[in-house]
Amino acid sequence: MSAAAADIGATAGQDRFAQATQLQLTWWRFRRHRLALISLFIVALFYAVAVFADFLAISDPHATDARRSFIPPQAIHLFDDGAFRPHVYGLRGVRDPQTFKLVYTPDPNRKLPVTLFARGYDYALFGLFETNIHLLGIEGGSRGDGIFLLGTDQLGRDLYSRMVVATRVSLSIGLAGVTLSLLLGVLLGGISGLYGGWVDTVIQRVIEILRSIPTIPLWMGLAAALPNTWSVTQVYLAITVIISLIGWTDLARVVRGRFLSLREEDFVVAAELAGASQGRIIFRHMLPSFASHIIAAVSLALPAMIVSETALSFLGLGLRPPAVSWGILLQDAQNIQVLAGAPWLLSAAVPVTVVILAFNFLGDGLRDAADPYG
Amino acid sequence: MLMYLLRRLGLALVTCLFISVLTFIIIRLPPGDFVDAYIANLAASGSTVSNEQAEAMRRDYGLDQPALVQYARWLGRVLEGDFGVSMVWRRPVTEVIGDRLWLTMVVSFAALFLTWAIALPIGIYSAVRQYSIGDYVFTTLGFIGLAVPNFLLALILMYLGFRYLGLNVGGLFSPDYVQAPWSWARVWDLAKHLPLPAAVLALAGTAQLIRIMRANLLDELRKPYVVTARAKGLTERRTILKYPVRAALNPFASSVAYLFPYLVSGSIVVSLVLGLPTVGPLLLQALVAQDMFLAGTIVLLLGIMTVVGTLISDVLLMWIDPRIRLEGHG
Amino acid sequence: MRPTPMAEPIALAVRDLAVRFEMEQGNVHALEGVSFDLRAGRTLGIVGESGCGKSVTARSILRIIDRPGRITGGRILLDPGTPQEVDLAALDPESARMRAVRGGRVGLIFQEPMTALSVHYTVGNQIIEAVRQHSDISKAEARNRAIELLREVGIPRPETRIDAYPFELSGGLRQRVGIAMALAGDPDILIADEPTTALDVTTQAQILALLRRLQAEKRIALMLITHDMGVIAEMTDEVAVMYLGRVVEYAPVAALFAAPRHPYTRALLRAVPSVLAAPRQRLATIGGAVPHPGARPAGCAFHPRCAEVIPGRCTAEMPPAIPPGIAGASCFLDVPA
Ligand SMILES: Nc1ncnc2c1ncn2[C@@H]1O[C@H](COP(=O)(O)OP(=O)(O)OP(=O)(O)O)[C@@H](O)[C@H]1O
Ligand code: SF4
Ligand SMILES: [Mg+2]
Repeated sequence: MSAAAADIGATAGQDRFAQATQLQLTWWRFRRHRLALISLFIVALFYAVAVFADFLAISDPHATDARRSFIPPQAIHLFDDGAFRPHVYGLRGVRDPQTFKLVYTPDPNRKLPVTLFARGYDYALFGLFETNIHLLGIEGGSRGDGIFLLGTDQLGRDLYSRMVVATRVSLSIGLAGVTLSLLLGVLLGGISGLYGGWVDTVIQRVIEILRSIPTIPLWMGLAAALPNTWSVTQVYLAITVIISLIGWTDLARVVRGRFLSLREEDFVVAAELAGASQGRIIFRHMLPSFASHIIAAVSLALPAMIVSETALSFLGLGLRPPAVSWGILLQDAQNIQVLAGAPWLLSAAVPVTVVILAFNFLGDGLRDAADPYG
Repeated sequence: MLMYLLRRLGLALVTCLFISVLTFIIIRLPPGDFVDAYIANLAASGSTVSNEQAEAMRRDYGLDQPALVQYARWLGRVLEGDFGVSMVWRRPVTEVIGDRLWLTMVVSFAALFLTWAIALPIGIYSAVRQYSIGDYVFTTLGFIGLAVPNFLLALILMYLGFRYLGLNVGGLFSPDYVQAPWSWARVWDLAKHLPLPAAVLALAGTAQLIRIMRANLLDELRKPYVVTARAKGLTERRTILKYPVRAALNPFASSVAYLFPYLVSGSIVVSLVLGLPTVGPLLLQALVAQDMFLAGTIVLLLGIMTVVGTLISDVLLMWIDPRIRLEGHG
Repeated sequence: MRPTPMAEPIALAVRDLAVRFEMEQGNVHALEGVSFDLRAGRTLGIVGESGCGKSVTARSILRIIDRPGRITGGRILLDPGTPQEVDLAALDPESARMRAVRGGRVGLIFQEPMTALSVHYTVGNQIIEAVRQHSDISKAEARNRAIELLREVGIPRPETRIDAYPFELSGGLRQRVGIAMALAGDPDILIADEPTTALDVTTQAQILALLRRLQAEKRIALMLITHDMGVIAEMTDEVAVMYLGRVVEYAPVAALFAAPRHPYTRALLRAVPSVLAAPRQRLATIGGAVPHPGARPAGCAFHPRCAEVIPGRCTAEMPPAIPPGIAGASCFLDVPA
């Protein structure tokens, strides 16, 4: 399209656009990307699950029970004799004719009614309110009975509940990693773009170097060195640091690029001439003007963080049980023999994929919206 | 051109040095030193080491010296080709690694070629036929390719192969050839097993490269020189292949610099799932057993090989772009 | 400026050409009923503000408008009135016949000598390709021909320059290469889309002189698109003034400057204080902005900016188009001579 047409388009809507902040403009453009909007909704849903994980879980994600080892996924039957009476089947022990071992299987004759807001294991909602109310539960039933929407693992833990609780760790570690990356990225990218010269050159070279080495072996090396004696929280923090060590380079590049192009722009020059301090220029004028670019870059960096954690935990070098993350759940699926017998162990692959896809669409939409010409 | 090459070479050297420092840090990270680990290892197998012997070993390896001196001595040994001894295997690290490093590179390069071979035509198609059904299909596939982590894909393929074909789709060799010495038959066997791991590894990179190629080509297609070419009377196909595609190859070639480390990284995890005889499983074993010389060497060699791969792509880039080739001449 | 105004044969006749860009945001009528003639050995100037459809006109003739642009009406007649007459608008743009016309009958010269050549190939490569596209000669012969062409457009040391990359040449030399490339297929019609806008004043004069010389030597029909009234005065025989996808005035150059008949032409001429003072003046000094072609005003499209608007009439009715080949203005105030 000719430049003339673009000019004219801009003059036509000038009044409205002139008053809008960069962020508002971005949001207007973003709303037009339907896929990105849906993705935003999905991402929000995932974070909601993370926040209400214990409420949504059905059984204690850590409670083992040998009797319910490898129970296949079970559906909730909605109708009983034509009446709406949601129920699941209880378990029944049967002796395997070959191995003489007691094997537990669902028994269609024992119907256990499913209720809403049932009492279950104790937890603290938002880490504050002690409660034992869960969205779903069963009435009656003996030890070992339960709702196994996604089946159980070898130790008899309910996979659905574990997956819901894992959401919390997997998503939060992504957020924490990205926050750390962002701090590093904004700091180093900002210094690089703002000062230019040899500082810029050095930082750019370091970024180039970091990007040209294979990251996973390094992560593995670092992660494996974490002492066995560390607590779950310590390991969590350490892994966050490890995965953010690499992720910051992309963000730094975005920030630097923005700084470079902004440095020349009128309002920055004007602020400088008006005698504003450098810090003030950066935080009052420059950062807000590319907040949307940063948001876009962050939502593209987040899935990489989530995958990193999943990969490390999958290898057994990341978070350690009793922590639950998607990677830890997938670790159980590593053995092909086990997997062949209990394919539902792979179900944690679904949330991983969906979240990554959603973040990618979201980031793409945001980037288009933030920078329609770039 | 010489300047460009020297600059790249310099950066590659600095990168290697940087990797060596990281490697050294990794080697020293676990609590206690290598002699402690060695003693613990021996103790586990029933033998003991006296305190004097331990001290002698420490002096031998310079473990009583400051870290910088240790690093220098270690680097010196590495440069002479002495990477140390694996504690678990009780053999020189290089011997333990053996073919695995090469196989890692073979798998990574195969994935790289596959990525190029798929991404290039599809990227061109998607740009030239923007918003066509094919474009949408490839874009959607691309997004899915980006979203499924490659080790998950490997896991799913393993499961499907096992479940529905009843065979193990992993590995790089048929059982007959696993231990066999190198021969043409073994190479052929490797070639037959290569496509699956290469495809698994290549998926995400391919998706990314398609997007890069498509975006760049769309940019290039709008440039005036394309109109010039059309105005000469060239066919559309020739116009596009000779001019904008050539121009879009530049960012394509430079993206290899970042793609290759990514593929090498991915090959580690994928190898574990698919049971490939690359350095991946060895590295994990070494790390779990805190066999730090072995682990460190693997990290170091992987890093250096990646740097070399990147350098190759730089040279390629230079060869493609006359502006770089003629730099300093015009 | 020159004698025997309309005696030369018509090489290309454009009739009622209409081009539309169909986009999500709505249809843009880039051209609406454009007519003019190109005659051998003569120069038609096309002038108008940015976005009025000059480049679209040029590209339509070669059938290389970008998607989603489409010719929706009119004819583009090559060799009209002769047995070889062919309507380019009716050809398949990818057909061999159309491709033979591109470069072979109609050459195109561009505004941006920087970006109009690919940086990835030597100028020789790009010219030889054009030469061989339109004649069956060997590589070596084509190379000689390319050197010949480079010499013809005034490039010193063409034997070595042929192996240079475009980025190794100055802007003026690049534009000469562009002209050589346009001449490679030995066309009898040349379209120059703002060939001098991107050049400095001295180079500009040289390139114009070159075009004039080539035209005289080869009796080329030249269509010269420009913003520059100075270039129009200096170079052209007839002028078509375009506004929002229409030719609003068509006149011999002397008549246009002496007695402009359309209020828009008058505004254009007023906007250039002196032909010599500002040779590269952009026509941006007329009051008001050009409306977007997608939002064409009702009635006479110029009425929101016209000083002489007739209330009630100009806002409701469209003034009649100018019959092809006849001097006139598309305005209610214009009384046909
Ligand atoms: N690729 C395209 N897509 C959509 N619309 C287009 C495209 N190319 C041209 N147009 C429309 O056609 C109109 C005329 O464009 P054109 O390039 O012919 O203008 P011009 O007279 O050559 O202007 P300039 O003096 O700036 O070169 C533009 O205003 C634009 O709306
Ligand atoms: S028709 Fe009316 S508005 Fe249009 S140019 Fe003539 S006088 Fe002006
Ligand atoms: Mg134009």
